[in-house]
Order: sequence, then C-alpha cells, then structure tokens
Amino acid sequence: MTAAPIVQIRQLTKVFRQGEINVTALDRIDLSIQSGEFLTLMGPSGSGKSTLLHIIAGIDRPTSGECIVQDRNIATLNESDLADWRNQNVGFVFQTFNLIPVLTAFENVELPLLLTQLNSRERRRQVTTALDMVGLCDRMKHLPKQLSGGQEQRVAIARALATDPRLVVADEPTGNLDSHSANEVLEILRTLSRDAGKTVIMVTHDPKAAAYGSRTIHLEKGELVT
Amino acid sequence: MTIPGFIIKNALRNKRRAALCILSVAASLFLLVSLLVVLNEFTNPPEDAGASLRIAVRNKVSLATPLPVRQRPLIAKIPGVEAITALSFFGGKYKGEENTMFAQFAMDPEQLEKVFGEAKLPRDQLETWISNRTSCIIGVDTAKRYNVKIGDKFQLIGQIYPVDLDLTVVGIYKGTTDDRNVFFHQKLLDELTGDLGQVGMWWIKARSPEDVPGVIDRINAAFANSSAEVLAETERSFQLSFISMWANIKVLISSICSVVVFALILVSASTMSMAIRERLRELSVLKALGFRRHELFAFILAESFGLAAIGFLLGAGGAWLLYSSVNAPTLTGGMFPTLDVTPRILGLAALVTAILGVVSSLAPAFTVTRLSVVDGLKTLD
Repeated sequence: MTAAPIVQIRQLTKVFRQGEINVTALDRIDLSIQSGEFLTLMGPSGSGKSTLLHIIAGIDRPTSGECIVQDRNIATLNESDLADWRNQNVGFVFQTFNLIPVLTAFENVELPLLLTQLNSRERRRQVTTALDMVGLCDRMKHLPKQLSGGQEQRVAIARALATDPRLVVADEPTGNLDSHSANEVLEILRTLSRDAGKTVIMVTHDPKAAAYGSRTIHLEKGELVT
Repeated sequence: MTIPGFIIKNALRNKRRAALCILSVAASLFLLVSLLVVLNEFTNPPEDAGASLRIAVRNKVSLATPLPVRQRPLIAKIPGVEAITALSFFGGKYKGEENTMFAQFAMDPEQLEKVFGEAKLPRDQLETWISNRTSCIIGVDTAKRYNVKIGDKFQLIGQIYPVDLDLTVVGIYKGTTDDRNVFFHQKLLDELTGDLGQVGMWWIKARSPEDVPGVIDRINAAFANSSAEVLAETERSFQLSFISMWANIKVLISSICSVVVFALILVSASTMSMAIRERLRELSVLKALGFRRHELFAFILAESFGLAAIGFLLGAGGAWLLYSSVNAPTLTGGMFPTLDVTPRILGLAALVTAILGVVSSLAPAFTVTRLSVVDGLKTLD
C-alpha cells in the first residue's frame, strides 16, 4: 500500500441536534484511506459508520475537522460545487438499491452521465462498459421491477461506476440480499478494488462481508476502535 | 435518454393520477374560457362595419321614453347627416313563447340600405318589403331557428304596445353581427297604435367618421330645452351604456372565474405535492448523483408546467374548437349571436396555465431543495 492516501480525515466531529440534546455521532476521528483500498466500516447501530461514509462521500457535512478527498477539503465546498464533485468523483451504492423505477437498467446507469458533456454515443459506450463489468448487458432494457434484488444491486453498482469515479461508497450493499446475491455483489466490489484500482469504502454489519475488504475498521460511539 | 425524456417518464409514472390532474385542469380551463366568452359577449359586443358612422338618438329621460316624429325633418337637415330612420323596439312575443330571444323593430324600410348597409338582402326582397306595409324581414338565424320561409306568416303578440302584429315574411337578411332581429314598417305600427306621432329612437348615418362628433353635438343642441330633449351618441357608446345594465352579472361571472382559478391552483398544487412527496427518496438519490438544486427545481417545474399545458390544450383548445364550430344562437337558445374565443381570452387562459404551472410546483420544489440528501434517503425506509 504505497500509493498516496485518497482520503485524509483529521479530527472529524459530527454533532446532531435532536431537540434540546446534542448527539455526537463522530468524535474527533483521524483516518487515512489509501487509493485502491477496499475498506470496510463495522460497528453497532448508531456507532457513526454511515455518518462517516456520508461525510466522505460529500452528502453530509462535518461539524468540525477536515475531510480531504483527492486533495480537496470537501467540507469547504458550496452546495453546487459539492454536487459537481460528487458526480465526478464518487459512486454510490445504497442498501435499498434506489434505482428509478420508471427507467430501464440502461437508463438508470446513464442517469449520472446526463450531467456530463458526453454525447449519446459516448454515454452508451460507458453505460455498456459499466453493465458489462457487473455482468448485466443482457438486462439493459429491463425495468427494475423485472430484475431480482441481486441484479438490481448490480445495476446500482454499474450506475456508481458509470462516471468512472476513483471512490465507490457502499452503505450496507448486501443488507437486502440473499447470501448468493450478496456474495456476487461483494465479489464485484472486491474486483473493482483489486483489478480496477477503485477505492471502495463499505459499511456493513456482517463480518463475512467485511472479510472481503482489504482492511476493516470498527467504530463505537463515534470513535475508532483499534 | 434525454433530460426531457426523463421528465416525461416521471410525469407519466402514475398514469391515472396524471390523467385525472390533466382532466381537472382541462375541465377548469374549459369552464374559465366559457365564462370569459360569455363575459366578453356581455361587455364587448361585436361591431358592424358601418358602426363608426352610425349615431343613436334617444330620449334624454330614458330609453323607454319615445321621441316625437316632428324631430325627423329637423335632424335630416343637420349638416353631416346622410340618412335617418326611426327605430322602435316592439318587444313582442312570438307564438306565445315565454321568452322570445330575438328583437323586433319598426323602422323605415327605405332607409335600410343607407343606415344598416351591412344587412345583405336581395334587391327583389327589399323592394317587396318596401312596397308591402304588412310585411317584414327577418334575420337568417331566426329564420333557421323557427324554420321560417319567405311567404310564411309571422305573428307577434305585443307586450309594450297594446297591439299584435300579423306579418308576412318577404325577406331574409344576413351579414350583420346579430342576424336574429325582425324589422317591419314603422308606418304599420303607427297605424295600429292610432298614429301617436312617436317613435322609439332615431338612428342616423353620418356622411363620414369625421362628421360624427359634430353631428352628435348639433343634434343634442337642436333639442336642448325642448319638450323632448335627446341624447345622441355613437352606436358603440349606446351599446356600452345598454350593457352597463348587466353590471351585477359581470361581477358574478368575474367572481366565478376567480373561484375557478383558485380551485384549479389548489387541485394542481395538491397533485404535484403528492407526486413529489412520493419521490423524495429518488430526488435525494439524484442529488447524491450530482444533480443540483436548481436542476431538480427545473425538473419539478417542467413536470408541473407540462401537465398544466396539456390541460390547457384540451380545455382551452377544446372550448375554442367547440365555440368556433357550433351555431352560437342554437347553443345559447338565441341569447348570444356569436361565441368568440378571442386571442385575448386564449392568452388569459394561457397566462392562468403558466401561473398554475409555477405556483403548483413552488411548494414541492421548495421542499426538495431544502431537503438534505441524507434526510431524503431516510424517507420511507
């Protein structure tokens, strides 16, 4: 692991306000993630692992501290710049797939590419490549409801890869899948890290899923447990 | 896939709701356009080509107060007057009808072409009418409505005058803005009423539009301080003063229009809010993928605008098609000679549609733009 860190977190704190009470979700976290790493985040519910993932992915903001991803402190970006940054640098995989039900698999994967300058032929090439990586080229015209859960999640992974981001974040991607489909998805994520050089950060409860990662860190009550 | 294609797919994802929303907009806009057409007919009656030259002269006391026939030669001598005819409203009922929807006037047949030149009547029919004191001419709309032909008897029961008329139809005219009226001889009315030496009004044709103001002034001055002072005014002015009697109906129709628009906005806003509320999670995913607030706002606005625009095409377009293809007197029981969906009315309906599209998208768009990605992803979990 000689590459420069893709993610550098320093003294990262996140405090949620629930009515009159302040809840500290992350407490002065320091973390460094290398490029190409497959990092799994584990911990009990409420430990702050999803919050940490959201901040790294730029969909939530820290209360204090730094979150530098690919040499940019994303906490300082405004809403519009952060949206652009997410589109270009992060691929998302959610637990509940979150595909748009009225769009085909192809169109779902194409969605983030509509924000780019690519023409339709270039978009088609990238979508086909992404679907090929997850083995779903033969399902590109299917609507989400015509796919199995495992296939839906693979389409979601293809969507995350469509813009060719260096960072892929996955929030319990196997939480809604049977063990066979879960293994398929985890294998794809591992291949992305190992063969395609993507940095994959995955939140999971499942130790078997965590075993697919190259490194696992544990959080408890907002703190890293070594 | 394109962005417009994505918006259309989203708008039509719940086809039943989209259809109901479009139909509610269409029905409301149809109603709105219909009300505006009626309002327009009340407040802005169509003008004949010769209207700019015509002057109506009535008794200054009221429209119902007659004028003495001795005024005719005095008016005829006033410089700028080209022709003059008596015009007395008979106000009779046709064949015992409760509400007769066409007006009947006594006039001087020889003056028809000069004063009401736009009334197209074949020469032989005009000559027959002039020569036959108990004959009448009727508008083509009335002829069609009652299936009256030349040579038929046409009986009118007097309501204002204590006499009944037993006329023979000798001509059917067309070409005026109101082809429903019936005209007969003033002399017949004089005979039947015992030659009272009175007429309802004078209608005058001026030599040129430039003569009109001077003629009006001179007529008014000629009978000032007499036993029958007159009020001379242009045809347009006369029509508008007549219409002013409809004031309450205008207010009523305007009020209904306002309520229709208000209800329409509430229905559309509610539909759009429901549609967006169901998709908060998806919209949050779009945000996560890199779509910015203003892009999501544009999606919602376009969707709302699109549904409203289809409703406009069906509602206002349907009203335009209907009113331009049906016979207005038949549709309205003879109340209105025309039902014109004017460009102004269509423009107003389009403006309401645009406002509808914007207003109904504001609340959901505001919700979406304020919602954080994380909170949005938690919805319906």
